[in-house]
Amino acid sequence: MSKLVLDNKSYDSRLIVGTGKYKDLDETKLAIEATGAEMVTVAIRRMNIGQDKNKLNLLDFISPEKYTILPNTAGCYTAEDAIRTCNLAAEILGGKKLVKLEVLGDKKTLYPNLTETLKAAEILIKDDFKIMVYTTDDPLIAKELENIGCISVMPLAAPIGSGLGIQNKYNILSIVENANVPIIVDAGVGTASDATIVMEMGCDGVLMNTAIACADNPVLMASAMKKAVEAGYEAFHAGRIIKKKYASASSPTRGNLFDNK
Amino acid sequence: MNIFVNQKKTVASKESTIINILENLDIENKYLAVEINEAILPKSEYDKYIIQENDKIEIINAIGGG
Repeated sequence: MSKLVLDNKSYDSRLIVGTGKYKDLDETKLAIEATGAEMVTVAIRRMNIGQDKNKLNLLDFISPEKYTILPNTAGCYTAEDAIRTCNLAAEILGGKKLVKLEVLGDKKTLYPNLTETLKAAEILIKDDFKIMVYTTDDPLIAKELENIGCISVMPLAAPIGSGLGIQNKYNILSIVENANVPIIVDAGVGTASDATIVMEMGCDGVLMNTAIACADNPVLMASAMKKAVEAGYEAFHAGRIIKKKYASASSPTRGNLFDNK
Repeated sequence: MNIFVNQKKTVASKESTIINILENLDIENKYLAVEINEAILPKSEYDKYIIQENDKIEIINAIGGG
């Protein structure tokens, strides 16, 4: 597989994974190792003060020295809150300015508020942030986000955590065809075949969390997702056959003992 | 002196720095950010900034998320 390049860094894995919803930090670590992912998302929240001093924190398990940490702005409903969160993330991570921007519009659907997303992206880009942006599958908005300087556009396949798979394949295809930055499908994957389909469509990567963390066996699903992304990527580049209406025999007809029957 | 740490009213000694506050709370996590009244306080200021009455201090870190 060729490498995925984001913010001047090359990645062998085209699977980016979240760190939420796991049973505990041990399971988080094992599952993420099984995905082979090199970039992981984290949320920025108030510290849980009063917890056991000896209790380890997420970044003790998922080391920023080993993984590229992609802080998100999940839970932000305005550009202002998202910008504040990005600045906090940069402070937490020693000045690193790579972020996943998501500005939500509605608690039920967790659909992005695109007006606020565009507003936040423009301000953050001027402040040297490198924005990987969560958006809808609208091809025009995707292009606009690229044009203002987002380093990756990340359209949803279906609502966050829904596991519904790709709901609008032709919109995603249209986004991919018109893009000059990596297109990473973010949200909506339910199982391995969904991830494969995303990659077979020519997307540059997939970002997921719930499909792995909430599977009955997260570590096994993590391994499945790793293979699914690789399979889809290879199949896309191998070039699939053209679909035909009728059968086309795989074995030669020449020399068939029963030709004359 | 009263201050608010992560929205909880807390009593702190006068002349406390953020280093003192973090030590009192047994916080050793190096991956954190501190806001004072909604403005980020750079790590280089943790031993310099002296907390003021009614300061709203937020201690923020990274947790699991997607």
